[in-house]
Amino acid sequence: MKKKKAFENFIHGIFLILGLITVGCVLLITVYLIISGIPAIKKIGFWNFLFGKEWASTAKEPSYGILPFILTSVYGTAGAILIGVPIGFLTSVYLAKLAPAKIRTVVSSTVSLLAGIPSVVYGLIGMMVLVPGIRKLFHIPDGASLLAAIIVLAIMILPSIINVSITALEAVPKEYEDASLALGATPVETYFKVSVPAAKSGIAAAVVLGVGRAIGEAMTVMMVSGNAPNLPELFGSVRFLTTAVASEMSYSSGLQRQALFSIALVLFLLIMLIDAALNFFLKRSKEG
Amino acid sequence: MKKFLTLALAAALVVSALASCSTQQKDGTVSTDGSTSMEEVIGVLGEAFQEKYSGMTFTYNPTGSSSGIQAVKEGRCDIGLSSRSLKEEEKADGLVETVLANDGIAVIVNPKNGVSDLDVETIAKIYTGKITNWSELGGNDAEIVIIGREAGSGTRDGFESITGTEGACKYRQELTSTGDVITTVSQNPNAIGYASLAAVSDQVKALSVGGVSPSEATVKDGSYVIQRPFVLVTKDGVELSDAAQKFFDFVTSDEAAPFISQAGAVPVK
Repeated sequence: MKKKKAFENFIHGIFLILGLITVGCVLLITVYLIISGIPAIKKIGFWNFLFGKEWASTAKEPSYGILPFILTSVYGTAGAILIGVPIGFLTSVYLAKLAPAKIRTVVSSTVSLLAGIPSVVYGLIGMMVLVPGIRKLFHIPDGASLLAAIIVLAIMILPSIINVSITALEAVPKEYEDASLALGATPVETYFKVSVPAAKSGIAAAVVLGVGRAIGEAMTVMMVSGNAPNLPELFGSVRFLTTAVASEMSYSSGLQRQALFSIALVLFLLIMLIDAALNFFLKRSKEG
Repeated sequence: MKKFLTLALAAALVVSALASCSTQQKDGTVSTDGSTSMEEVIGVLGEAFQEKYSGMTFTYNPTGSSSGIQAVKEGRCDIGLSSRSLKEEEKADGLVETVLANDGIAVIVNPKNGVSDLDVETIAKIYTGKITNWSELGGNDAEIVIIGREAGSGTRDGFESITGTEGACKYRQELTSTGDVITTVSQNPNAIGYASLAAVSDQVKALSVGGVSPSEATVKDGSYVIQRPFVLVTKDGVELSDAAQKFFDFVTSDEAAPFISQAGAVPVK
């Protein structure tokens, strides 16, 4: 018996260590980002860095303003949510409540497949199909733009929104719906007036998850958005926070490199904020 | 029991991997420092060198041409790497340049584009936004879409310094690889871009510059002007270490030429 207990404790210990690895990674990244991100902000000046409108990191008189990147990331994410959420939400209502079993199987496996496509593939197809398509459709000189990035991001966040919303909708107790139906409401009335309100915090969590996914995406947007550090315009070439770091990292040096770490820090804080919001909604959905 | 065995094995592996790091004997070290654009060439040469002389260690510190030159001057490395010729005052400081290879930068447009020849001034005017429509150059009535590389890229640095457009380019797209530039230009009939000559494929059309079309031959004889030398910088009167001398002799020999071509540059030999 004693031996068994010792073995149990040993295994417990291993699991504890494995769990601590994750915590350690997060701590390491946080500390590293703060340490390497602060110096450039100090040198450039907090205000000049966050609200400067010009980014010219290798010019003779360099300027390091990241307002264009911040606004682009915010607009790009908002645009993706604006397109992705209605589609994702209605799809999930359909799949959770209305769809016949066969269609449901086909659609949900397609959605999982969509989630499994690597981001570089989205980027490649965006670059080869979407960007020239936008150029021809809107008769503009070049299709690499904020719009292209929004469309690709909207598609990329669909799977997370659909899957989380379905789970939330399925968790609504059947009695609620039965009661509504018994009172004479039609099925569609029931879904939108009973099931959806009951699942609303879960659906909100899905939206926040989508925001997190969209704001952190680098590869895809780098390939379709043009990467010029302009203030955001729907048909203009833009650079996101993520791509600002990724595109210049490989050859950067000195203050330029430090400033890239500072951008990463800003992005990190933004994502932490979104994560905190996600946790808040998830907690509420469990309690409600 | 099986799990313990796996764990023990893994631990043993880690330990042995750590141990093997520190036991190799070194016969000599060559340290190089400088241009980031030469990364590929010098990387390939370094590998070939280490294969030929086993036991030699080759290091390369990608800091940029000017800091590489500075490093040789201060004796912090054996050989400096520069992707521009030495300036007069640098030569006056007792530095010597040996041209290792030349690198041509092709100016590329879509194959559908009617324009096929531009001179350097016109290219500079396009990139600084003074000429914005292909019709001004005898092409279609369409806005010129300027494609370039990201800040810090060696190709961008080379292109901008040769055309005299440093920091003044009005890029519509800043892409992070030669391949992306070529793909984008091949997709857009109104685009213009630049890429290392070695990477240009028939998806795009390489413009002739001032009547000279870019090729290995025209880069070699200097008639194609958008090119820059890859230079080895050493100090006059200071003898190289045995290992560094071996490396220098190796990379400037005929034997090294295929490696230089393989890395996309045009060897001088």
